[in-house]
Amino acid sequence: MTAPELVPPRYRRGPHSRTHIEKWSWLFMRASGAVLIVLVMTHLFVNLMTGDGISAIDFAFVAGKWANPLWQWWDVTMLVLAMIHGSNGMRVLINDYARTGWLRKTLKTALAAAFSLVVVLGSLVIFTFDPCPTDASPTDLNPDVCASILNASEAS
Amino acid sequence: MWLAHRTTGVAIFFFLLVHVTDTALVRVSPDAYNQVIGLYKNPLMGLVESGLVAAITFHALNGLRVISVDVWKWANKHQTALAWVVWAIWIVAMAGFLPRHLGHVFGGE
Repeated sequence: MTAPELVPPRYRRGPHSRTHIEKWSWLFMRASGAVLIVLVMTHLFVNLMTGDGISAIDFAFVAGKWANPLWQWWDVTMLVLAMIHGSNGMRVLINDYARTGWLRKTLKTALAAAFSLVVVLGSLVIFTFDPCPTDASPTDLNPDVCASILNASEAS
Repeated sequence: MWLAHRTTGVAIFFFLLVHVTDTALVRVSPDAYNQVIGLYKNPLMGLVESGLVAAITFHALNGLRVISVDVWKWANKHQTALAWVVWAIWIVAMAGFLPRHLGHVFGGE
């Protein structure tokens, strides 16, 4: 009697990677995850727990927040990190569950499109935001933000 | 825990797509944004938001457990106990958040 020959498990679907992409992915998920905990938990706390929480969120609230560059950079950092973290997570799930090459390719193309669209749209909105559009009803606007913009333009 | 981490991750990802799109309405008009954000203030959406915050908080806490298990020998040895710690902190966080948020959503205004 001889022992049955052991065949090493074969998980690999493609050729060896030379870029160590999965190692960098693993490291990125942990590093960005730690940063996102701080960014997202603060975001949730400030918007939902302080003051009147969700009842207070409207256009004027957003205008008040983005009048401060700190919150603009806060939100854009959160947007980009969360989108890379989330899309990379979805990439892992596609690799795990989509069983044909065609399906993996289609889903990853859709994922890349959604990623680019949301990151570009979100960044543009944060940095081209107009807190006081002239055609809007004044009751919808943030009076403090619009008054300080008016003062600044009169002073110059 | 592994499956819950994946499930909450997918849910958060799709909400993120929706949330960036609804916030983008501030660039359309104040009125458009206020109308859509008004939908988030009805009781049904208040429950969905509560589930979402619960999912994010779980994903965050379990993520910390995953990191500590990877880099810290002691945590690796006690990872099952740490799973219970995750649930304990999660319950405390939800006990702090839910009354306040549901109060805002159901408490009139």
